[in-house]
Amino acid sequence: MKFLLLQHYGRVEGDVPPMSQWAPADVDAHIKFQLDLNAELMERGEFVEAQALTGPELAKNVIGNGADMVITDGPFAESKELLAGWRMVDVESEERAIEIAAQASVGPGPNGVPLRQQIEVRQLLGPIEPTE
Amino acid sequence: VSARPARRGELEDLLRESAPRALAAVVRRFGDFGDFEDAVQEALIDAARQWPDRGTPESPTGWLIAVASRRLTDRIRADSARRDREVRIAAEPPPGPGAEADDTLALIFICCRPELTPASAIALTLRAVGGLSTAQIAAAFLVPETTMGRRIARAKQTVAAADESFGLPAPAARKERLGAVLRVLYLIFNEGYAASEGAQLARTELSAEAIRLTRIARLALPAEPEVGGLLALMLLTDARRPARTDPAGELVPLDEQDRSLWDAAAIDEGTRTLAEAVAGGAVGPYQLQAAIAAAHDRASRPEDTDWAEILALYGLLEAVTPGPMVALNRAVAAAMANGPEAGLALLDELGPRLEGHHRVHAVRAHLLELAGDEPGAHTEYERAAELTASLPEQRYLTRQAARLASAA
Repeated sequence: MKFLLLQHYGRVEGDVPPMSQWAPADVDAHIKFQLDLNAELMERGEFVEAQALTGPELAKNVIGNGADMVITDGPFAESKELLAGWRMVDVESEERAIEIAAQASVGPGPNGVPLRQQIEVRQLLGPIEPTE
Repeated sequence: VSARPARRGELEDLLRESAPRALAAVVRRFGDFGDFEDAVQEALIDAARQWPDRGTPESPTGWLIAVASRRLTDRIRADSARRDREVRIAAEPPPGPGAEADDTLALIFICCRPELTPASAIALTLRAVGGLSTAQIAAAFLVPETTMGRRIARAKQTVAAADESFGLPAPAARKERLGAVLRVLYLIFNEGYAASEGAQLARTELSAEAIRLTRIARLALPAEPEVGGLLALMLLTDARRPARTDPAGELVPLDEQDRSLWDAAAIDEGTRTLAEAVAGGAVGPYQLQAAIAAAHDRASRPEDTDWAEILALYGLLEAVTPGPMVALNRAVAAAMANGPEAGLALLDELGPRLEGHHRVHAVRAHLLELAGDEPGAHTEYERAAELTASLPEQRYLTRQAARLASAA
């Protein structure tokens, strides 16, 4: 079964500044953590996809009105509810997806302190599950 | 070498049939699994290149065994730590063709070792026994090829660590191990049957492969009634495939299917296979499920369905393998045999065991509608649609809810 693990900018414990204000070594450590996690999932045969998104400065909210495009909101200086990126995994159970999410949650922040980021776990709609 | 070069489709069939036999023979000779699967895959690639031009060898399996063995021997020579083994192997006579169905089934047993997760066992079986490429398996399960490659490689490591000698397990262990094998084959079948858009073609192939492998298992173990039961179940279920989705790809429920589209030959074969299995004694869950599928397939119109028989079969099935899903299906059968109230009463009994599962709500919706409670049915269909993780089911349930929207 496939799950999306969604990471948002603001859903972290405590007062963490945006990554653009982190020390370069802390940024590197965080990125290395994410790539290592991807490699580990790949090694276990569970990795499907991982993507980071461009920042809030480039984000826009759009609602069509049937005739032309209407940008209702954005760019955002900072929006805590905006999606920062996602990982898709193909695992045996929801428990395993949650375990991976817990692992992804503790990526290092400034000075290596775990972020304890809140990860949203969502199952993909798929084919019909076999009944046992 | 035969004079006639093989046509492409023929060649693929031939390779798919020959690959597991060759692999089994090589594993038997060299006594290990992981590297040898690669060697056979390399031999298959050689065959796919050479046979169309040079013609098909008299014994395709023998050719594959010889080429794979040569590649392995080269590799082993390069590895001084394995020199002893080389000496031993060099002294052995070349492998013979062996009992083919037995060899293929022995490979399936290796690929379905109990240490493997279902997803790993499925992938390894399809690769090593089914002769599918890693890319094909990855496409069928919609994951990157690298991921599937790692999944298969890990499964091979697990199998190698178990260090099982090649051959069918001893009778004492066989029963339990056979259970794992049949489960994996049934999961492969279901992966194919639950076709999702996009991967539909690849998945249909999975069902065909599961049926092929189960046929081989039945040849090797004719005295195991559950193997025949599983084959019958697959055939009797697969027979309805042409009617199961409409041209737009939407699910068509059993009672609305155009039964003239059902595959009569598959139903015949499934029915005969089931009869042979049941005559073999020990009734098990696959035979019972096949008997239920047969009861549906026998009815040329939905109203001809013998629901009393189906209800009795679900009662037996629940006694053999109790579980919430079986209980749920028995509730449906009870409703059809004795009226919706009977089914709803069973559902209430089931209550907390399955609350929150979409199928409970879908079934309750259906039974409430039969009982004339359209607003109640509407609410339950909506709830079921919210809870399912299946796209075709969600579409179906949403349509049902919408149909009853005016009643709510």
